[in-house]
Amino acid sequence: MGNSVNASGANQKSNRMKYVRIGILLVVVLIFVFIADITVNSYVRRILNLCAIYTILGLSMNLVNGFTGLFSLGQAGFMAVGAYCVAVFTVPVESRAAMFYLVPQNPAIANLELPFVVALLLGGFVSAFFAFLIGFPVLRLKGDYLAIATLGFSEIIRIVFTNTQTITNGALGIKGIPTINRLWWTFGIAILVVIFMFLLINSTYGRAFKAIREDEIAAEAMGISLFKHKVLSFTISGFLAGIGGGLFAALLGTVDPKQFYFTLTYNFLLIIVLGGMGSISGTIISAFIVTAGLEWLRLLDEPHAIFGWNVPLFRPGLRMVVFSILLMAIVLFWSRGLMGNQELSWEYVKKVPDKVRNAFRIKSAKGGAAK
Amino acid sequence: MSILKTENVVMQFGGVVAVDSLNIEVNEGEIVALIGPNGAGKTTAFNCITGVYIPTSGRVLFEDQNITGKSPDKITKLGIARTFQNIRLFKDLTVMENVLIAKHLHVNYNFLSATLRLPKALYGERQMKNECEELLERLGLTAVKNEISSSLPYGMQRHLEIARALATNPKLLLLDEPAAGMNPHETDELTAFIKTVKDDYHLTVFMIEHHMDLVMEISDRIYVLDFGQTIAKGTPDEIQNNDRVIQAYLGVQEDA
Repeated sequence: MGNSVNASGANQKSNRMKYVRIGILLVVVLIFVFIADITVNSYVRRILNLCAIYTILGLSMNLVNGFTGLFSLGQAGFMAVGAYCVAVFTVPVESRAAMFYLVPQNPAIANLELPFVVALLLGGFVSAFFAFLIGFPVLRLKGDYLAIATLGFSEIIRIVFTNTQTITNGALGIKGIPTINRLWWTFGIAILVVIFMFLLINSTYGRAFKAIREDEIAAEAMGISLFKHKVLSFTISGFLAGIGGGLFAALLGTVDPKQFYFTLTYNFLLIIVLGGMGSISGTIISAFIVTAGLEWLRLLDEPHAIFGWNVPLFRPGLRMVVFSILLMAIVLFWSRGLMGNQELSWEYVKKVPDKVRNAFRIKSAKGGAAK
Repeated sequence: MSILKTENVVMQFGGVVAVDSLNIEVNEGEIVALIGPNGAGKTTAFNCITGVYIPTSGRVLFEDQNITGKSPDKITKLGIARTFQNIRLFKDLTVMENVLIAKHLHVNYNFLSATLRLPKALYGERQMKNECEELLERLGLTAVKNEISSSLPYGMQRHLEIARALATNPKLLLLDEPAAGMNPHETDELTAFIKTVKDDYHLTVFMIEHHMDLVMEISDRIYVLDFGQTIAKGTPDEIQNNDRVIQAYLGVQEDA
């Protein structure tokens, strides 16, 4: 009995330490954002903003694909819904007539201008509503079939937006969306989304999602309604994707349907596979690596000379070749992504030196055996 | 009083009749076994009862309520829990998480209050954890509660499957070959375990099993299936001396 009291005391202490560490981490991140916000130039600022937005979208996709185990590829579609909500409702009324020169905007919304936050939330909710509607028929499918159905949905959304000219200005797109320049919007929301995801995944509903991922038949036999929880996960994911899309529109300042080709979804698929299906911290790390890495590798696309000799290798396209090779290497050596389904915690960090040492020990042992 | 009753349940897969007019009655507080050679339709019968399959015809009654065609999660909510022939734990999750998941069906707050840790959810979560701690303690799994379930030894995984089923607070427990792959010593242990669990949690147990020692020792009554047909039913003594059962298990000698 005494033991268990001690154990629970130790538990409470380790819990408190955990909160302290999370608090410190949060403060460090906020200080970083604060410093970055005043020091970096507009190019880096834009990349950082994009990193934060891709974190949100990666997490939204990881919720469905990584935590609930459903193979969905509809992210670009949900993103488009959120992006268009922000675009349509935040563009200043004065500039609309000039933009909708082929077909005038529908009078019902032509004079409706909403504050950014309201439009952003609206985008999230409309997107969630779509996810809910799509989820009903589609989530009865499994595996590849679900992927194809959600992919189809995302294309349908894009085509619908191309053709509803009185609302979305069709293929011409919407320009002049008031842009977000500071880092606070994207990072603030990204931090909130990360916290939300941690709380959700560690709640009883998060466990139910994971149960469905692990074994649908067993989950159902344990009284978890598969359909209800799949729709729930899908709807929350739709909401987050809508928010991410809205921020994306406000970052770029323009939207048009071509931005939301299904290939956009593969960026997020890449992020979650690389970071680890079912890891929140993995998604964050990988969103930054992928987004910033792709920008950084741009120097490979420019001509470079060594001792006056123009190396023919450096030409447009090399960036993607190198990037793809790096990806292959990562997937080969970390087949479950950088983090697997673990989280980057203090305990995890503490184990890293051991892991490195063990890895070397195995290698040297092999070397010894070879002799 | 009968807690589970099947009335002429038939399950057909195309032309194959896997279960043919199954009439089983399990009374409250009993341990009833379902035995039969491989392919006799025992697991199919279980799947018809738990809603994995919808029977081609016939009715399944649980506490005099018709549960035919209900989905597995609804049937579990009514109070039937099951284990699987080939262990189906949530492999990547810990022992504790496995059991906590089975408590999810009693949750009475929505995902938002759970995520935002509202007082109701916090209270519910704490209560859930306490119940699970107690359950693991009673079933001797406390020491491994933070282990990943697939890392447990085989026998313990079987125990965990039963623990997980118990966490749903069932009235009727269906065990699908709980002793499969166990040696005689482990089987003895399991026999005692099932008896204890049944008494502690006031359960009715309906099980499929091949280990005859176990079946004969703890069953109150036995049903024997062969090719989907019920070929015998009765007490262990009656079954052991039943000619048709011996034939089904050992085959018939032509020249005898």
